[in-house]
Amino acid sequence: MNQTTAQDIINEMENISAGVLDLRVVDRRTFLKLTGITGTGLVLGYTIRDAASPVYAAADNQFTANEFVRVATDGKIYLYSKNPEVGQGIKTAVPMVIAEELDADWADVIVEQAPINEELYGRQSAGGSRSLTTAWDQVRKAGASARAMLISAAAKEWGVPASECRTEASSVFHDASNRRAGYASLAMKAAEEPVPDLDSLPLKKRSEYKLLGKRITGVDNRKIVTGQPLFGIDAVVPGMRYASYLKCPAAGGSVRSANLDEIKALPGVEDAFVIEGNNEPTELMPGIAIIANSTWAAISAKDKLKVDWDETHATRASWSDAQKNAKDAASKGQGEMLHDIGNVDEKFAEAEKSFEAYYEYPFLSHAPLEPQNTTAWVHDGKAEIWSPTQRPAQGAASVAGILGIDEKDVEVHQLRVGGGFGRRLMNDYMCEAAAISERAGVPVKLQWTREDDMAHDFYRVGGFHALKGAIDKEGKLSAWQDHFITFMGPNKKPVSGGDMRASEFPVDFFPNTRVTQTMLPLRVPTGPWRSPRSCGIAFAVQSFISELALEAGRDHVEFLLEMLGEPRWLEEGNIDAMNTGRAARVIKLAAEKAGWGKSMEKGRGLGLAFHFSHAGHFAEVADISVDDNKKLTINKITVAGDVGPIINLSGAENQCQGAVIDALSTTLGLQVSIENGRIQETNFHQYPILRMDKAPDVAVHFIESDARPTGLGEPALPPAAPAICNAIYAASGIRVRELPLTRHGFSV
Amino acid sequence: MPDIQLEVNGRNYDIKDIAADTPLLWVIRDHVGLVGTKYGCGGGYCGACTVHLDGNPVRSCSVLATSAVGKKVTTIEGVAVDDNVLHPLQEAWIEHDVPQCGYCQAGQIMSAAALLSKNTNPTDSDIDAAMSGNLCRCATYIRIRRAIRTAAAKISGNTMGTGGSV
Repeated sequence: MNQTTAQDIINEMENISAGVLDLRVVDRRTFLKLTGITGTGLVLGYTIRDAASPVYAAADNQFTANEFVRVATDGKIYLYSKNPEVGQGIKTAVPMVIAEELDADWADVIVEQAPINEELYGRQSAGGSRSLTTAWDQVRKAGASARAMLISAAAKEWGVPASECRTEASSVFHDASNRRAGYASLAMKAAEEPVPDLDSLPLKKRSEYKLLGKRITGVDNRKIVTGQPLFGIDAVVPGMRYASYLKCPAAGGSVRSANLDEIKALPGVEDAFVIEGNNEPTELMPGIAIIANSTWAAISAKDKLKVDWDETHATRASWSDAQKNAKDAASKGQGEMLHDIGNVDEKFAEAEKSFEAYYEYPFLSHAPLEPQNTTAWVHDGKAEIWSPTQRPAQGAASVAGILGIDEKDVEVHQLRVGGGFGRRLMNDYMCEAAAISERAGVPVKLQWTREDDMAHDFYRVGGFHALKGAIDKEGKLSAWQDHFITFMGPNKKPVSGGDMRASEFPVDFFPNTRVTQTMLPLRVPTGPWRSPRSCGIAFAVQSFISELALEAGRDHVEFLLEMLGEPRWLEEGNIDAMNTGRAARVIKLAAEKAGWGKSMEKGRGLGLAFHFSHAGHFAEVADISVDDNKKLTINKITVAGDVGPIINLSGAENQCQGAVIDALSTTLGLQVSIENGRIQETNFHQYPILRMDKAPDVAVHFIESDARPTGLGEPALPPAAPAICNAIYAASGIRVRELPLTRHGFSV
Repeated sequence: MPDIQLEVNGRNYDIKDIAADTPLLWVIRDHVGLVGTKYGCGGGYCGACTVHLDGNPVRSCSVLATSAVGKKVTTIEGVAVDDNVLHPLQEAWIEHDVPQCGYCQAGQIMSAAALLSKNTNPTDSDIDAAMSGNLCRCATYIRIRRAIRTAAAKISGNTMGTGGSV
């Protein structure tokens, strides 16, 4: 092992950690002394200072208005982004909201990642498209409060009433006396002003926005395009060693024995040991850790491990068995009743026409492009963690539990996340890194391979729907029935992502509806995948609604609008609930923009779908041509969405385009297969994420409103799969009820 | 366990005692200490690790470090003109706000830079051919294409018809 002692590393880190949330260049001599790595250039060190300091550090050249805003006397305005940045653009959007209320000139703004402190900041996770909407009032008040203090300072200085002052572009103005003072010049005086009452602060109306709604390029973009250290995988801590971790390919297996002596003798390998774990897939499953002097030594040694796994308690799940069992369940009966309103049986008996169909969607992997990793240093009863995570505070709690130390002794630094999609709501890789560092007694960087990531995901669970609809004499939908066949975890409840709300669309719209459920046992870990539940359910339900419209001889758009009825909130007082007026408007807009109803050449068709999820109302129209060999040409996908006011038009559009292409990618060709508990796909050659040559044009239209803004990471995704399948039907007459499309001979 | 000398972005690095089978990617990241080149798959499928070897784009996860000896390695850190003047592609990436998570973008830019170094007026199919080895899990493809067109127009001195901004 490296001869550097823990105390040396502590001393060195304290010396290096002089900066605030910055990237430091460690001089080579020091770095080499600590790591033994050789090279002739500078080595980038990546360290972050004590979590509490950037925000409340007393500085004589800065006005720290609150935990979100600092105004420096040199003209720079520091805004703190509290949530993890996973690609959803939150690190740009939320500071824009602060800057709007502060009336800061965006060119003066420097955005920094806030430390993890949920007592101070409230929620600091990234999930459910909730970051913007939950921060909305909090950060507007933070900006407005700092602005009020700057105005007070100027008014005092000029001897005028604060009410006569206005602000613009990082300056306070008193127009009557033609005076102007920049925020920089007012900063230290503002620091002496009392913090105003947050609840009585005036906040801007949408019509007064100057920055919000504009196109603003991401705050990290320059660092991204120049390759600066930014992501979890870029963390370098002096003295760190590199680690890999192998777990049983079937979840639940443990290590009986392994060729550890052979592994320890490999060049570059410093240690190898078994970790028993706590058998919680979201925390620490059993496995073998390898410690080495480079990433390559660690991951290539892992490939040479020969392990005798004890699979007594491991899953033996098989997707083909699940398909068969689900079909049996659908044919045998209804399963457990979740929701039964009106008289469904009677309506089916008296229906003019009834129609049924069986839908199926597969397991999926999240496959974020940055493989899981964490750098951890556990020493003296404390843990310091650098990790790409969507839930840093939850990770700290898990690590504390694993190590048996107090949560306040775990410090998690949130680094940019190379893709989330829900995968990094689980902090298993963080717990592994902490456990490995504790055992090794040195800082370690745990690096998963792509193969590790494919084999140990929390998969989007597959599902099955036996759907039935009744159409009355007037061509209206008179009864609806969904027998949902899903999977059950060890707790006898639906697995994560495999539950269905009793009020799932469209049951709220009919007096006669029934939803039932059958659960098949499953021990493969599952979890939230971009727009959980809706990402699968929308395909089945919104495709089936299109089928029913056709069966009834009705236009799909008209059928949907009739179903929605009068404009109203489905839950009065809950602005996160669906509003039928907003739904109708996006459906009409998508139809209009896509030219719904126009005649098309043979082999080409339009398909529409609406879905409400994550507080977002979205309708999409796919324009697709299908040739005789089932080759698809995606001519265009049109998106209409309503998420309230748009914060960053550039980011918002990018999210929608990305979500739609993500949906096309999965609808077309992605599936995780499971046999004998093992995931069959190992890398991108078997999990063919869509590439640039197949990416279609995606036109995005927003309806802006005064409703509180809600998130965009997820809700544009669910309508795409049914819109695509409805378009394929319109173009070819082929109805697809099982995904992915490639299973049925389609290609792009 | 050979010692090798590598030229990366015009500087020489002495790399000591690496395993003969070490991919160039890990030498760049762990030994040279330039972390802009990203690990995505290890099998040459995703393109996140794209660098130039003597000007040609390669997947550094699938090239042995020893085979780069005597060649010029260029990484994302080495494509800008200098600290103040970015490559036109880097500028276009910022102008069009291409990134979402951003993880693949260094590899995307390296593939695009190799294309534009040989062809400053690429057609859509030229762009597809050059870029299809690079995955973007966030699917920012529409903007990548737009940014390549903008940079190509700038390089060739034709600023007409690049369309759109951010």
